Amino acid sequence: MPETPGEPVLNIAIFGAFVVLTLFITFRASRNNSTAADYYAAGRSFTGTQNGTAIAGDYLSAASFLGIAGAIAVNGYDGFLFSIGFLVAWLVALLLVAELLRNTGRFTMADVLSFRMRQGPVRMAAATSTLVVSIFYLLAQMAGAGGLVALLLGVSGAVAESAVVFVVGALMIAYVLIGGMRGTTWVQIVKATLLIIGALVMTVLVLAKFNFNLSSLLGSAAEAGSELEPGAAYGLNGTTKLDFISLALALVLGTAGLPHVLMRFYTVPTSKDARKSVVWAIWLIGGFYLLSLVLGYGAGALVGPETILASPGAVNSAAPLLAYELGGTILLGVISAVAFATILAVVAGLTITASASFAHDIYATVLKKGARTETSERDEVRVARITAVVIGAIAIVLGILVLRAGINIAFLVALAFAIAASANLPTILYTLFWKRFTTQGAVWSIYGGLIICVGLIIFSPVVSGDPAAVFPDTDFAWFPLKNPGLVSIPAAFLLGYLGSIMSKEKPNEAKYAELEVRSLTGAGAEAAVRH
Amino acid sequence: MAELTRREISQQDYERVQSSTEFGELRKRFRAFAFPMTVVFLVWYLLYVLMSAYATDFMSTKVLGNINVGLIFGLLQFVSTFVITAMYVRHSNKNTDPIADELRAQLEGDAAGARLEKGAKNA
Repeated sequence: MPETPGEPVLNIAIFGAFVVLTLFITFRASRNNSTAADYYAAGRSFTGTQNGTAIAGDYLSAASFLGIAGAIAVNGYDGFLFSIGFLVAWLVALLLVAELLRNTGRFTMADVLSFRMRQGPVRMAAATSTLVVSIFYLLAQMAGAGGLVALLLGVSGAVAESAVVFVVGALMIAYVLIGGMRGTTWVQIVKATLLIIGALVMTVLVLAKFNFNLSSLLGSAAEAGSELEPGAAYGLNGTTKLDFISLALALVLGTAGLPHVLMRFYTVPTSKDARKSVVWAIWLIGGFYLLSLVLGYGAGALVGPETILASPGAVNSAAPLLAYELGGTILLGVISAVAFATILAVVAGLTITASASFAHDIYATVLKKGARTETSERDEVRVARITAVVIGAIAIVLGILVLRAGINIAFLVALAFAIAASANLPTILYTLFWKRFTTQGAVWSIYGGLIICVGLIIFSPVVSGDPAAVFPDTDFAWFPLKNPGLVSIPAAFLLGYLGSIMSKEKPNEAKYAELEVRSLTGAGAEAAVRH
Repeated sequence: MAELTRREISQQDYERVQSSTEFGELRKRFRAFAFPMTVVFLVWYLLYVLMSAYATDFMSTKVLGNINVGLIFGLLQFVSTFVITAMYVRHSNKNTDPIADELRAQLEGDAAGARLEKGAKNA
């Protein structure tokens, strides 16, 4: 296999075509973006099916496509956990969060978390954790973009790679500034459709090579070194087994706390549409993960784990390498363009979430004390747009920094899941279901979960003291697990409980009555904007 | 404007509805499905995870050609997710939506009534 598979010129041409198409869609969609409800929530005008497809687009990020296929190709069975955890997690969102959140909030996660509490401290906390989770998630996407570029263009110089990350960042800022939530949602819908079709075509091609016999596919994958039995990545000793459980916990509890997923529920007119969106998303995402099982083992069998790890994009290049093996230059170009599109779209979704949270929660509510007038709303959207540029710049800088680390993106995303499950989920559940929850409980749980989780990541083998760490040459890793969920999630639940029972302030029962009635009946929920 | 209806439902309305028997029934029906089902799928998922970590020999048992127990167990997680999703939709359509819709109409109807009265006074 050549150092750089495929034709860089063709790859760029296919990618360019996608960019032109989606920018066109974004322009078309951008005509009604004057109010905050338009910019943040697309006027709440999408149907359940459209939003469900967009959720699948947001969720099937580079981590799901490149990361899971790579994890299964290299680690075999232990990589399969990612798909199962990422999917089962949707039941938490469906059963406990999606509809209730749609009924009570307006634009951001903090709307719901601060509903019954003192606005200032809780909004500040929720916005902080939104920014941290989104930036971790961005990091993973940027790492994916870097790996893909390294593979496709054969560029390995720091300057060339940085230039590509810069282009990705600049494009994403353009989508968000021009299109707002409406444009971003359309990009997600187009991208999710392309991604699922691409994966379906590749799956059929892989299975055709094995006469549609799953068992013989698995047999060749095992011969090539992709394990069929559990334990290849996490079965080493007691600590790695605990790490596996910690990862599993973060995956299943993270989804319902991801701010950019939660924000999507506001783009539909009613909570029934929010339900429909999640149901549709579960079918699409579940179907996609079944395909990625075949793709992962297919890459193991047809490309081989060693070739994958030795390639410029390392573990994250399993899917593109498999495409090259199956359909040569053209399929590689198409699949890579789809993967690029995936990264671009997810990054745009994250940027709009983070900028909305800054503008709506920190700027408008905490700094401007929530004075609501016609001008203040326009002002808020202006701040959101400026923030989008700043976050884009941060993503570009971080992307350039993590470019060469070569860490599996699914693993990086799992860290963002751990932070979401620790800092956000306990407060979301307590807010919706526990009458005695207080401001102090919310603040303790959010900051506590955030600090414990990020702190344990800093002192874990991901950052130092391991050949694969970000700083392999130093060692300050006293926490043995790579994913901190097993400790940080229960700790955050406990802090929320203790903070509440120990607070002097009485829970606001009148506001809880309003929250409970609104969340379950939908009375007084924000309606769609009519143009 | 979308904002208007939201303001019109008063705090007293919410508290009155919260203590009504209909709302109690709605909450009971919602929780009676969502809470136990959450426990069920989490336990089922953790069982899969724990067995993958600690019962590796059993999970590696081959069943059909190269397809082993672990893989089948994993695929069953997909099946259970799809089934629970379908069950939840059925439960909501049948048991909770009708009460929720009625309470919502009642509350927003009250609010609309209050708005009309206010309008009449101003005129």
